[in-house]
Amino acid sequence: MSEILLTSLTVFVLAVLVGFEVISKVPATLHTPLMSGANAIHGVVLIGAMAIVATADNPLSLVLSFVAVVFAAMNVVGGYLVTDRMLQMFRQRRAPAAPSEPPASLAVPSGEPEGAGRGQG
Amino acid sequence: MDPQALATIERLGYVLAGALFVVGLHRMNHPATARSGNQVSAVGMTVAVLVTTVAIATGTLASSVGVVGLVILAGAVIGGGLGWWLARSVQMTAMPQLVSLFNAVGGGAAALVAVDDFVKLSRVGQAPVDTTVFVGLGVVIGSITFSGSLIASGKLQGLVPSRPLVIPGGRFVTILAGLVVLGGFAYLVWQAWLGVGATSWTYVALASIVVAALVFGVTMVLPIGGADMPVVISLLNSFTGTAAAMAGFVIDNQGLIIAGALVGAAGGILTRLMAQAMNRSLANIVLGGFGTGDTVGAGAETGAEGTVRQVGPDDVAVMLAYARSVIIVPGYGLAVAQAQHQVHELAELLESRGVDVKYAIHPVAGRMPGHMNVLLAEANVPYPQLYEMERINPEFPRTDVALVVGANDVTNPAARSNPKSPIYGMPILDVDAAQNVVVIKRSMRPGYAGIDNELYSNPKTGMLFGDAKEALASLIAAVKAV
Repeated sequence: MSEILLTSLTVFVLAVLVGFEVISKVPATLHTPLMSGANAIHGVVLIGAMAIVATADNPLSLVLSFVAVVFAAMNVVGGYLVTDRMLQMFRQRRAPAAPSEPPASLAVPSGEPEGAGRGQG
Repeated sequence: MDPQALATIERLGYVLAGALFVVGLHRMNHPATARSGNQVSAVGMTVAVLVTTVAIATGTLASSVGVVGLVILAGAVIGGGLGWWLARSVQMTAMPQLVSLFNAVGGGAAALVAVDDFVKLSRVGQAPVDTTVFVGLGVVIGSITFSGSLIASGKLQGLVPSRPLVIPGGRFVTILAGLVVLGGFAYLVWQAWLGVGATSWTYVALASIVVAALVFGVTMVLPIGGADMPVVISLLNSFTGTAAAMAGFVIDNQGLIIAGALVGAAGGILTRLMAQAMNRSLANIVLGGFGTGDTVGAGAETGAEGTVRQVGPDDVAVMLAYARSVIIVPGYGLAVAQAQHQVHELAELLESRGVDVKYAIHPVAGRMPGHMNVLLAEANVPYPQLYEMERINPEFPRTDVALVVGANDVTNPAARSNPKSPIYGMPILDVDAAQNVVVIKRSMRPGYAGIDNELYSNPKTGMLFGDAKEALASLIAAVKAV
């Protein structure tokens, strides 16, 4: 094994361990955004696709690497945007005020007809 | 600048990008910092891409900058534009399949990078053994991810039937494809070991590996039922990360290795957590234990016994309005009906009457872990009201009304009591422990796992049939009238 490969293996193993450590602390509520965010990060394969375009020396290689760039760019841009869209909704809001006083009496329900198709507020 | 210095800058850029990815993921630990975490990670991505662009433009990698620049730019604009449009236009309910689609193209890109580099090396002679191994791994994992994720996405979108598809001889095809992959892989490594140089057989072997891995991805995911799709997507997400790392080894790019390894680990952890939430082993899921013909039949039998009690919105409104505590159990039916805003409106209305309202979130409610949290967050439901399964289950016996909106399998008592049920052992929300249960549901059709739910024939349970959105709207009106 070459020196380069050994260095790369070291980096790989450490990165895997860091990944376990960082990720195992994420609460379940954030699992979907996390999956999406991690999904965006592996779009980093874009730089690999760019690199193989740069070394393309024949039409087939050029086509393969072009498709790779399209795929990876879609992964990166779409991945980050959709994750951001999800997380945008996690704005912290203050907890609801304490419940107001309970209903005073058990009034007989007025037999109201079904509120058909009430539009949303 | 001299090439040496540029190469150093490139490497340092990748280190910076890798660090930003780690920090970004770390910030995604908490809802408050999650969004900025994703942005930090996006900055890391930008750094990685910029550094690579500079390296290519200054010719450390290329001689014909014009063509290269054009191809990259065109690819980036087309792919990026497509990704941008999809991410902007997708409904939040359809988001899991979009993530799966992005995962597919990511895996495809990793496979292409590995294939292309191998072809280049073979044209000038012979790829060394270690490179060949990484190429093989990258191609196999990337191809399986590509086709597997497309099928998973199609299943969630309804383009491919979500029921487990058992093709006659399907398992045989899977095994055959696996053997072809192993055989082709072994041939390539053996050839590299001998160092005899690439022949046309080299390309035949490589092409066979790609085709067989693609077939393997399809036949692996097809027999898996829709209920298990979250776990499968997570697993494939992990695969893509690993494939990217392998591609990084092939082209000696540490940016790829770091990011790929991180995602591989992330997906691995997530997959395990998800499988645990469903009390299923990964092997069980991947081998398609769920919903093969006999289990579907076994589930269907229980449907005949017991009658269901149908209730109207007015009855339910009274029950809710005078309850002390209500737990809302949202499920996928709520998501497809886009009824998260109505649920929130009803909850606020009840709270204004002094009812204690909580949401019970099953880990796999919706289509992915945490999917329901996203949908409810979209509707501005305050975080503290969302309760995870372990925290809410002890509350059910003290609860007056459990309102189940479009959830099914995650409330099925058969998971506790019926060892024959395919979901036996899956942790569920103990909805049946509540004093009263109201289920809003379109019809008596079974849920995603394809089995009937005995909760519906429980004497405590009232069924309010209808589309979740309309049913909730009429409930809101009825509660206001109480």
